[in-house]
Amino acid sequence: MEGRLPDEPAFVDITDVSLAYGGDDHQTLALENASMAIGRGEFVAVVGPSGCGKSSLLKLVSGLHPASAGSVRVGGDPVGGPLKIVGMAFQNPIMLPWRTTLQNVLLPLEIVEPHRSVYRRRKKEFREKADSLLETVGLQGFGDRFPWQLSGGMQQRASLCRALIHEPDLLLLDEPFAALDAFTREELWDVLQDLWMRNGFTVVLVTHDLREAVYLADRVDVVSNRPGRVIFSRDVTLPRPRRLDNTYDADFVELVHELRDHISKARQAP
Amino acid sequence: MKRLLSRGTLAPWLATIALFVFWEAVVRLFGIAEFILPTPTATFAALFEFWGPIWHNAFQTLFTTMVGFAIAVVFGLVLGVAVGASALLYQSIYPLLIGFNSIPKVAVVPILVLWFGIGTVPAIITAFLISFFPIVVNVATGIATLEPEMQDVLRSLGARRIDILRKVGVPRSMPYFFASLKISITLAFVGSVISETVAANSGIGHLMLQASSSFRVPLVFAGLLVIAFLGIVMYAVAALAERRLTGWATRGQDGAVYATGG
Ligand SMILES: Nc1ncnc2c1ncn2[C@@H]1O[C@H](COP(=O)(O)OP(=O)(O)OP(=O)(O)O)[C@@H](O)[C@H]1O
Ligand SMILES: [Mg+2]
Repeated sequence: MEGRLPDEPAFVDITDVSLAYGGDDHQTLALENASMAIGRGEFVAVVGPSGCGKSSLLKLVSGLHPASAGSVRVGGDPVGGPLKIVGMAFQNPIMLPWRTTLQNVLLPLEIVEPHRSVYRRRKKEFREKADSLLETVGLQGFGDRFPWQLSGGMQQRASLCRALIHEPDLLLLDEPFAALDAFTREELWDVLQDLWMRNGFTVVLVTHDLREAVYLADRVDVVSNRPGRVIFSRDVTLPRPRRLDNTYDADFVELVHELRDHISKARQAP
Repeated sequence: MKRLLSRGTLAPWLATIALFVFWEAVVRLFGIAEFILPTPTATFAALFEFWGPIWHNAFQTLFTTMVGFAIAVVFGLVLGVAVGASALLYQSIYPLLIGFNSIPKVAVVPILVLWFGIGTVPAIITAFLISFFPIVVNVATGIATLEPEMQDVLRSLGARRIDILRKVGVPRSMPYFFASLKISITLAFVGSVISETVAANSGIGHLMLQASSSFRVPLVFAGLLVIAFLGIVMYAVAALAERRLTGWATRGQDGAVYATGG
């Protein structure tokens, strides 16, 4: 969990990838010649200016959108379609309005094997698991409410639970804490860090918050203006578990400042 | 709030009574003959006088309507889901459906009589033919307009197409489905009455035809009232089901979900 050894093959391997949206006449080049390698169990944060292609990068890795050029490999195999080992929290929570919050969180277990085939039999156990997940993000007692009865931040927390419930090997988080107040957000940093340290899954976290990136990640990748590509990569070797007090330490603050400089460069030049 | 509520429930009754009063007044004021337009009082009198045969025939009409409607619901749901889920089917079948729906169903009844003889079967089939179209269109629309983001939630889990259809496509189309039921049920009445008027031995349509050929015009109007009443009742049942089952679509408020097509 200490970061990838140099000769270990990458779990997520993106090489010279480009991604263009739209038809022939109206193309938007979201990513161009982007490369990134993420080791198994690594926690990588991706930061960059708005519209630079971070969400697109996650869609690429999850197999939701095909690359226009280049290769995307996960676990050694080329990604040809949506992967089954992924848990994804989208930038918008996208809850299903006809399901209660708890039923929304349970959704992955109804779809993903091996949970799917035992869903009926172990429903009670699954519900308890979903309940306790909801509790860890501070949503105890809201499982029976419909998502549209929750606030935006609460929906975002519920969607985080939905991404986690089936214990995916690869967790893709698209600004999961963006709609939260500073206190709740920092609480959830610890929740996520603890979960990750306990279970050892691989995380790609897209965020705009540099403190969040440094607090949680083994490595922070800075993406340039559109068309996006990784222009700077910084390993974060601060000891774990990191605690909120550490965010005032000199080395933490220095790291955040260093990244900030690179972001402002990224905003200027593609 | 309470006053508003009671005003809301009273309003349709008041409007109905106002219509009857207006109708009565016009007929009396202009001295319109009963065999052209009877007064509501005469109509209600006929309704009570012929209660037995009216009830008997209304039940027959209700029966054919409900059977035709039930077939339309099953058929409409299945076809709607298929058409909504498959772009190819949508493109190939949709024009056919439009064309078919443009055919006046009165024109079809004689053909049905040719095939099935006079009686219940043509009425059921006409009710079905006239009422399935809005269901197909609405269900197909509900499924075809499924947000790509919502599909992505399931796709990101490696869901198959059939899973996406079951978990989001069909539930999302339910408000559209129930909205179409309200249109469809009233159309089904139109269908069975049309058929009864042309070719049947019983039913409200048949009763009205007989009454008008013997110039018992108040009885004709009594038949109309009964059909209207049944239509309202069935509509209310459909609306209640809609509110109960798809409250999420209006976020728990009793707002209307508007139908497309029909
Ligand atoms: N479905 C789409 N069709 C066309 N263009 C798109 C689509 N999705 C994204 N884009 C374009 O691709 C570029 C990158 O979008 P993306 O959502 O990946 O940015 P982002 O880095 O996540 O931005 P933000 O930080 O604001 O969320 C943008 O310029 C956007 O206009
Ligand atoms: Mg984004």
